Amino acid sequence: MQTKRTIFRNLWLPYLLVAPQLAITLIFFLWPAGQAVWQSFLREDAFGLKTTFIGLGNYERLLDNPEYLNSLKVTAVFSISTATLAIVLALVLALAVDRMLRSARVYTTLLVWPYAVAPAIAGVLWWFIFNPTIGILPYLLDRVGYDWNHSLIKRDAMILVIIAAAWKQVSYNFLFFVAGLQAIPASMREAAAIDGAGPFKRFWSITLPLLSPTTFFLLVVNVVYTMFDTFPVIDAVTSGGPAQATNILVYKVYRDGFVGLNLGSSAAQSVILMAIVISLTVIQFRYIERRVTY
Amino acid sequence: MVENQRWLNILAHLVLIAGVLVVAFPVYIAFIASTHEPSAFVSGVVPLLPGSNAANSYADVLTGGVSSQMSVPISLMLKNSMIMALSIAIGKIVISILSAFAIVYFRFPFRQAAFWMIFITLMLPVEVRIVPTFQVISNLGMLNSYAGLSIPLIASATATFLFRQVFLTIPDELMEAARIDGAGPLKFFKDILLPLSRTNIAALFVILFIYGWNQYIWPILVTTDDKYQTIVAGIKRMADVVDSEPLWNYIMATSVLAMLPPVVVVIMMQRLFVKGLVETEK
Repeated sequence: MQTKRTIFRNLWLPYLLVAPQLAITLIFFLWPAGQAVWQSFLREDAFGLKTTFIGLGNYERLLDNPEYLNSLKVTAVFSISTATLAIVLALVLALAVDRMLRSARVYTTLLVWPYAVAPAIAGVLWWFIFNPTIGILPYLLDRVGYDWNHSLIKRDAMILVIIAAAWKQVSYNFLFFVAGLQAIPASMREAAAIDGAGPFKRFWSITLPLLSPTTFFLLVVNVVYTMFDTFPVIDAVTSGGPAQATNILVYKVYRDGFVGLNLGSSAAQSVILMAIVISLTVIQFRYIERRVTY
Repeated sequence: MVENQRWLNILAHLVLIAGVLVVAFPVYIAFIASTHEPSAFVSGVVPLLPGSNAANSYADVLTGGVSSQMSVPISLMLKNSMIMALSIAIGKIVISILSAFAIVYFRFPFRQAAFWMIFITLMLPVEVRIVPTFQVISNLGMLNSYAGLSIPLIASATATFLFRQVFLTIPDELMEAARIDGAGPLKFFKDILLPLSRTNIAALFVILFIYGWNQYIWPILVTTDDKYQTIVAGIKRMADVVDSEPLWNYIMATSVLAMLPPVVVVIMMQRLFVKGLVETEK
């Protein structure tokens, strides 16, 4: 690990300096994580009176549970759709801003502020717009013959949470794409133009390949975002329904733990989620190392 | 620009204008809804032009005039959100900058272990360990307190890494010069490191303030006493009325108030915001 050539010599000061952070990490991060691992091997009876050690029983039960498998599928559909939608829209907007000279700054300001809106609020806003009785969009959809009702129709509920989650994420992706586009040397595109490549040809064979590191990075970040940070969107808009159609993994951990009081199963789900976050973090860090040498 | 193609420029403007409109659309609808009387929503579809009830809606939610659907005025929730966001942002910055200082400028046994322990926090977002963390807070008697709202969220690997990165780029000569002049570690930290990392601190503060303000599930779990309710968490409770039609104008007025502070921060400090966003992802 890197350090300075010269350092301060002090026996107790460094420990004092790291102590606050380590104390919080131990008490609120490592201890609960350890508890989750331990509880995932236990089973509590219905009255919470007796706990028995059942080894991997909770995990086996989960993998046999159609509800859990459904939640896995729902999470995959939700994550991939949201990430794709947010990345594609952001790329289109970033390409357009990249053509602008004077107005780029104004457009950027007008496009980035949704980052600051809480996911829960984003959920409430879209829930209001899509409200089946008074919402504006169901009213318009009704005109063209589509009867929107996200509290009954599974597909409608999924579309709604995808839109609400993506709306907020576009601004983030947009900023990174703008930075990525600015890093592409103008000379490359000019050379291609001189060779006779039109704007679309240049996009496919120069801009897009050179943006691929940014795109990959955003894909990982967006998947992490949709898997964990969209909890409030789900809670505010659909509460996982209708009929489990939007019950993503992280929401199920919470429901099973706090509402269903099935602590063992909830803990096992927590551990599986931790494994997923850890692998995604590793992927992200590997990639960043590559970007440095790129 | 490589070549000036008129139709492409027009297309780009059209795409951007459409993007800006789609992005602003939900907030526009929310704002319009907040300016109407509750009766405007029974007719069947949301109004699209402003009404005349804006002053009443906002005054009512701020002072708690809608007692049937909320137990505390929004002004109190705004205060709670502000306390929570500031504690999280300042707390994260303070503990991270101190530990980064220790890790970069000292060599001590278990330094590597300390670094890895901080690194692990990156992999344990609160949503994942939510049930056991709640149990810890409740065992420590921290439910319904500002400490319970903020402290479990303030350990941050990203902030520590950011400061470590900043310190590593500060030339060694500065420290050697300071030592020759007789400055101890704390004086060096206060008079050289802090001023040099000022813009990084500001950029990080913008991002962390937004993070803290927008917390949702944690305040809902930790605060059963409405006195500590935060605004983002409180909206859900307003919207979840069982036996009556939700009071849309109040819900939307609250939503507008809830997003106003972080959005203003992003727009006013756009440069710092972008810097913070890009740096914390490194």
